[in-house]
Amino acid sequence: MSAAPDHTPTMAQISLSQRLEPYAPVLLVLGLMILGLILIPTTSSWLTLTVSGLAMGMMIFIMASGLTLVFGLMDIINFGHGAFVSVGAFVGVSLLLVLEHMTDAPSLALNLTAMMVAIFGAMAATGAMGWAFEKVIVKPVYGNHLKQILVTMGGLIVVEQLIIVLWGPEEIYITRPEALKGAITFAGAALEKYRLVAVAIGLVVFLAMRWVLRRTKIGLIVRAGVENGEMVEALGYRLRLVFIGVFLAGSALAGLGGVLWGLYQEVITAHMGNHSMILIFIVVIIGGLGSVEGCFIGALLVGLMQNYVAFLEPKVALISNIGLMVAILMWRPQGMIPVVKAK
Amino acid sequence: MSDNILTLRGVKTNIAQYHILQGVDLEVPRGAVTMLLGRNGVGKTTTLRTIIGHWRAHEGEILLDGEDIKKMPTPAIARLGVGFVPEDMGIFADLSVEENMILAAASGPIDQTRLQWLFTVFPALETFWKKDAGTLSGGQKQMLTIARAMIEERKLYLIDEPTKGLAPAIISTMARALRELKEQGASILLVEQNFSVAKALGDTANVMDDGRMIWSGDMKTLATDAELQERLMGLSLDAQH
Repeated sequence: MSAAPDHTPTMAQISLSQRLEPYAPVLLVLGLMILGLILIPTTSSWLTLTVSGLAMGMMIFIMASGLTLVFGLMDIINFGHGAFVSVGAFVGVSLLLVLEHMTDAPSLALNLTAMMVAIFGAMAATGAMGWAFEKVIVKPVYGNHLKQILVTMGGLIVVEQLIIVLWGPEEIYITRPEALKGAITFAGAALEKYRLVAVAIGLVVFLAMRWVLRRTKIGLIVRAGVENGEMVEALGYRLRLVFIGVFLAGSALAGLGGVLWGLYQEVITAHMGNHSMILIFIVVIIGGLGSVEGCFIGALLVGLMQNYVAFLEPKVALISNIGLMVAILMWRPQGMIPVVKAK
Repeated sequence: MSDNILTLRGVKTNIAQYHILQGVDLEVPRGAVTMLLGRNGVGKTTTLRTIIGHWRAHEGEILLDGEDIKKMPTPAIARLGVGFVPEDMGIFADLSVEENMILAAASGPIDQTRLQWLFTVFPALETFWKKDAGTLSGGQKQMLTIARAMIEERKLYLIDEPTKGLAPAIISTMARALRELKEQGASILLVEQNFSVAKALGDTANVMDDGRMIWSGDMKTLATDAELQERLMGLSLDAQH
């Protein structure tokens, strides 16, 4: 009788790539920055472009974060989100023009106060507008994607025309507050002050959103609602109210993004929100619909890619972000940080 | 006079063009376990989902403690004290076990005494307290979903197939938990395909077929009458176990 073979169980080792898998999106941003460092001839140019890319990314994130949550929570495709960007820019810039004596004064305190007034004014206006937009335009088309696309697109056109009625058809030029003009020099690179401020504001918004979503009960409800809204309601939470709150907050953030974007471009038009929707949708899709973290990383990738490519090969810049989206969707069809949906 | 916590009278529910519930009558006595039985696809899950308000009944009455809840939205029904454990478990996979439980304690912070009791019933929950619920095994997920319903005292528990697809060892843990809940005097409406579990826990039984209630009575009567089982459900359930 032959002896039974030795039982020597083995455990499969987790490979390095498997261990790095959850961090892949963050590593992708770092990888892109390293690639930029290799391809861009001078370190100072790379630093300038990187700060510029990060600033652009942060602004896109601020504009897009509300849209991704609205989609995740209630499965609403809101093509009208750009309207909040435009209105935010017009209200904010109008306030800055009224407060010109403060923005022109060589005082950081006065400049920042004027900025704060403009930002909070724009956020209040777009928040209120978001509430009305949800009630009048979005609510009647719950559960019907085609109608959502048509009616929210229509809402965007109406808002654009209202802006033209109220502010006129001409583009409005704006100069940044005195203290935010110019650049500082760091390691031989010129870093625009305004872009550094945009990076700081973007980081604050991201960390605040993360804190709310991770550390508060309302955040838990939102995260759970993105995954399985029906179950959240069965636990006794009125998801509809939460959704209105998220829609309102998302609209206010788009308004904030509009002010920052307007000051970044130093010109605003009624169509700026519509134009920014392409970048916003790219970011929301590559991030993973409903994922705030994905939206943040996606926005940084888009910002960096746009700036690096525009420097290296200006003609390719136009398609660089679409190319990025195609590549990421081929790698992860649900986006970089997909939200697990119950259904 | 009977003391029913929940009464359904002539409840009809349509889903799209399909008439799923075609006049369901059901009585759920207070402080007892009411079994809802029947073959697959006869409308048991739809009955629970209609009670909690996920589907709307277009006809009939759904009385919870005498109050008609037919037109109430789901959150309002839940806040009246109805706990729901769906067939698909409804776990929030991206949230930790702790976060799932915090959410389930809708009326305020978690009652620590009740939580400790739940840890003795489901020790795995304490072990995986900080882990994402999505990383749990199927049995652990089912424990979490039952514990989530039990974290606060509810008037009525609607539980849909809690032992579906579970290993025998987990089924006995689940049955023990439900028995403890029963001993506390909870009112439970339970859909269950595992006849041993149904027999052990059920006080009364209701059998559905084709969107209607075709038999209601004592669980014991059904459990001991193989011919009745054969007639009602097309097979002898007892013969399976």
